[in-house]
Amino acid sequence: MIINLNLNDKAISADVVPERLLVDWLRDELGLTGTHVGCDTSQCGACNILVNGLSIKACTMLAVQVDGCTLLTIEGLTKHNELHPMQAAFRDNHGLQCGFCTPGMIIAGIEIVRRHGSHVDAVTVAHELDGNICRCTGYQNIVAAIIDGARRMGASA
Amino acid sequence: MTPFVYHKPVNVDEGLARLKASSDGAWLAGGMTLLPTLKQRLREVTDLVDLCALHDLTNIQLGANAVTIGAMATHAMIAGHPDMFPALASLAAGIGDPQVRNRGTIGGSLANNDPSADWPAAVLACNATVVTSAGSFAADEFFTGMFSTALSEGALITAVHFEKPARAAYVKFRHPASGYAMAGVFVAVMETGVRVAITGATACIKRWPAAELALTKTFTNESLAGLAFESEDMLGDIHASAAYRAHLANVMLGRAVAKAMV
Repeated sequence: MIINLNLNDKAISADVVPERLLVDWLRDELGLTGTHVGCDTSQCGACNILVNGLSIKACTMLAVQVDGCTLLTIEGLTKHNELHPMQAAFRDNHGLQCGFCTPGMIIAGIEIVRRHGSHVDAVTVAHELDGNICRCTGYQNIVAAIIDGARRMGASA
Repeated sequence: MTPFVYHKPVNVDEGLARLKASSDGAWLAGGMTLLPTLKQRLREVTDLVDLCALHDLTNIQLGANAVTIGAMATHAMIAGHPDMFPALASLAAGIGDPQVRNRGTIGGSLANNDPSADWPAAVLACNATVVTSAGSFAADEFFTGMFSTALSEGALITAVHFEKPARAAYVKFRHPASGYAMAGVFVAVMETGVRVAITGATACIKRWPAAELALTKTFTNESLAGLAFESEDMLGDIHASAAYRAHLANVMLGRAVAKAMV
């Protein structure tokens, strides 16, 4: 099936079979391997991307379902070689250990800011990370990074 | 996943026709249960009829004393609606996780009737009306058994209509990994009396008549003294035995009543 969508600020058109998972299509056909497959069972959030501005698990959506949608993956965050404020905050706060969950955490963080604003508190951030698992258990710095990223996004808005 | 044909109808009639024409097709709402089921090959379909283009089905019409929620309204839309009845908004905000709430829908949850799902508890406790393409059902008639409902073959849930309860609250004990209720209690003070629905503890969503009777007389936690939840179809597994779930039902009821008093 032919799908048309906007992916990381580019209009693209592609031919996909209906049973193709969105995450597999992004990784295996488009080479966008920043979206990770952690659990493949909708638990871990390593495959989080933004579809029409909402974070979703790309392992639990079909590629055909994003026809007509606007997608943002971790690869689309960096503009003109400058890290997105949320990415920079993760780096500066050591918001990762092995880094496997990081793309999904950053995407979840951006949506947390969209929903709760740039002055979001730690309790809210921790609660909103319900759908993201860090197997290194580095949550303390992840929460700190998202709070810092939220402040930076507020300042740059 | 085994191959299937994908359809994206632009209106309900086209969807009904597509599903009818398929040999073993299924509706695709948010897909939060169906897609994992297909991935694990617990189920195979010949066709998927995706409801995502039926934008009318996401409407939420709120009046002073009632709300009609379109079947394709996501948990996030319901949780985030500024004037939603608080017990419904709070239930919606506690389903799964943020990513699941961005996709999962009230209609999908009701059609699936998972024994641990949250929405059936609200619908049964409030005696909401489930509106389908083949007639409407009172909640008492809709949930017929584990993963089964009165929805006729090939029909589609289009909306759910809730009358506003005078007081209501939902409290569940979440499974720490899945987020599903190990026991959840929705208590609603309706015009006809108090209604109590238990999810997660039995094979199918269930009312608790003894608790309803006691709470209709006096809506306090004290009136629940001596009550113990029991049922012939209690669930029990490695996470929680039947006896533990029955105990949880009691505790969740007490918390729900306390929450509804606030």
